[in-house]
Amino acid sequence: MRHENIEVNSGLMIALIMVVISIGGLVEIVPLFYINETVEKVDGVRPYTPLELRGRDIYQREGCYLCHSQMVRPFRDEWLRYGHYSLAAESKYDHPFQWGSKRTGPDLARVGGKYSNQWHVQHLLKPTSVVPESIMPNYPWLLNNDLDYSDIADRMTALRRTGVPYSLTQAEYDANVKTFGKTVADQLDISQAQDNLLKQARTFNYDGLPNRVTEMEALVAYLQVLGTMVDFSKYDEGYFAEFR
Amino acid sequence: MSETTTNQQKPTAVQTTGHAWDGDLQEFNNPLPRWWLWSFYATVVFAVIYWFLYPTWPVGSSWTKGVLSATFTEGGKQETMRWNTRSALLEDLQTGADATRQREYFEKIAAADFATIQKDPQMLAFVNQAGKRIFETNCSACHGRGGQGVVGLFPNLVDDDWLWGGTFKDIQYTITHGRNGYMPSFKGTLNTAQLDDVASYVLSLSGEVQADEASARGKQIFEGPVGGCYMCHGDAAKGIKSMGSANLTDKIWTLANVPAATTPEAKIEAVKAVVSNGVINVRTMPAWDGRMSADEIKLMAVYIHQLGGGQ
Repeated sequence: MRHENIEVNSGLMIALIMVVISIGGLVEIVPLFYINETVEKVDGVRPYTPLELRGRDIYQREGCYLCHSQMVRPFRDEWLRYGHYSLAAESKYDHPFQWGSKRTGPDLARVGGKYSNQWHVQHLLKPTSVVPESIMPNYPWLLNNDLDYSDIADRMTALRRTGVPYSLTQAEYDANVKTFGKTVADQLDISQAQDNLLKQARTFNYDGLPNRVTEMEALVAYLQVLGTMVDFSKYDEGYFAEFR
Repeated sequence: MSETTTNQQKPTAVQTTGHAWDGDLQEFNNPLPRWWLWSFYATVVFAVIYWFLYPTWPVGSSWTKGVLSATFTEGGKQETMRWNTRSALLEDLQTGADATRQREYFEKIAAADFATIQKDPQMLAFVNQAGKRIFETNCSACHGRGGQGVVGLFPNLVDDDWLWGGTFKDIQYTITHGRNGYMPSFKGTLNTAQLDDVASYVLSLSGEVQADEASARGKQIFEGPVGGCYMCHGDAAKGIKSMGSANLTDKIWTLANVPAATTPEAKIEAVKAVVSNGVINVRTMPAWDGRMSADEIKLMAVYIHQLGGGQ
């Protein structure tokens, strides 16, 4: 084909540019779907409970991902600061994943259990009250707003369509019992979603307000579970290296 | 414009592409600069070498693994496996130059007892440097960068007042296992007048307010079955280490913000609020076992001990 034919025909040129550009993406992305070892085989990773899921939605609504990544990379400095590097398996139920590459604030992939609920509440209300040098904005409305959980079943059903194993039928529930055990399978049962959400909020009282279920409650529940699902003491480190 | 046009029309050694726009606008067909061209070839060569050394091309359900390898020790035996970011990290964590240098010091710390570390300037210098970083990464979010804490929320680590004990061993235990401070709410047990009396008594212990009739009544409640405060705070109200109960006889306040109160009434209000609400799910420190290594925790015990008031 003569170069001139492409240069003077903008429709053809657009089509060919798209072909050339997509090669880069295809080469990097497509193999991940048929390479067996992309997602590590580890125990413990489960979909979020209804309360944690609402927290994740609030995390996205408030744009936390704009300043916080959730991806500890395999470097010594990150290992020392944040802990074990993130596994692909740890975000396999995240749609969309929250990896990110912009770190105005610290990475949050392993923040679960690092601080107390009380600290999270205080810090979200007014970060500078506990970390004076912080530039994070205040989120006072999280404690004022009662959590809207009326549509929690719909939210879980939507994620179920993307492949997250929230269960609608008895067969799906039984499959979850087999994969995750009964306690987790109950949490993944869409028909029980509201009860589960309220029960978790009452039991753990993340926001410190015993009589209310606030948006703070959901967000702190979500933050406290981040990076805590895999028990790394159960695995040899070399095991994870086999997957790359 | 017309001048440059005439310039371009001069015959030159460089060929044009043969196009002409607007009648006289032509395009030189210069060869690429040599430095650019050779740089380009160099990147091609680099890429080919890279394919051989590192994991690169997907092939079926696997990929080309590359010829480089990384060596690390696991479960007491040395393993050499193909290079990837994870095996390389393991090698770096175990035998990297920085890790090796640091481990030397950590091993010294692990082997020495607390009294020895405290007297050894070299080890202490390492404790201060490494401890500062670990403190900023893990502890400072609650206790503040300098360990000053937040009045009403998180304890101060630089004074000589300790809820759970300030010896090396105590601090080491606190970091390893975390702490959960608790005081019941007295809202339902004591009425407003009684709360006032107890608050007066508590404040009189440290001379914040003058002892008077109210504080005498408060003493009855504190030491009697109605309040029963002595059960946790001790007969002398000096606190009991194993319970993490506060010493009420000194002027150090961690929950009631007494120092900020200017009048006796405001001080009483501050103490009353704490007695009334109790300390429930507020004084929760996570366990750091697992997040920090045992050696790091030991180092942090020394670091925090020497921040101020180690016992």
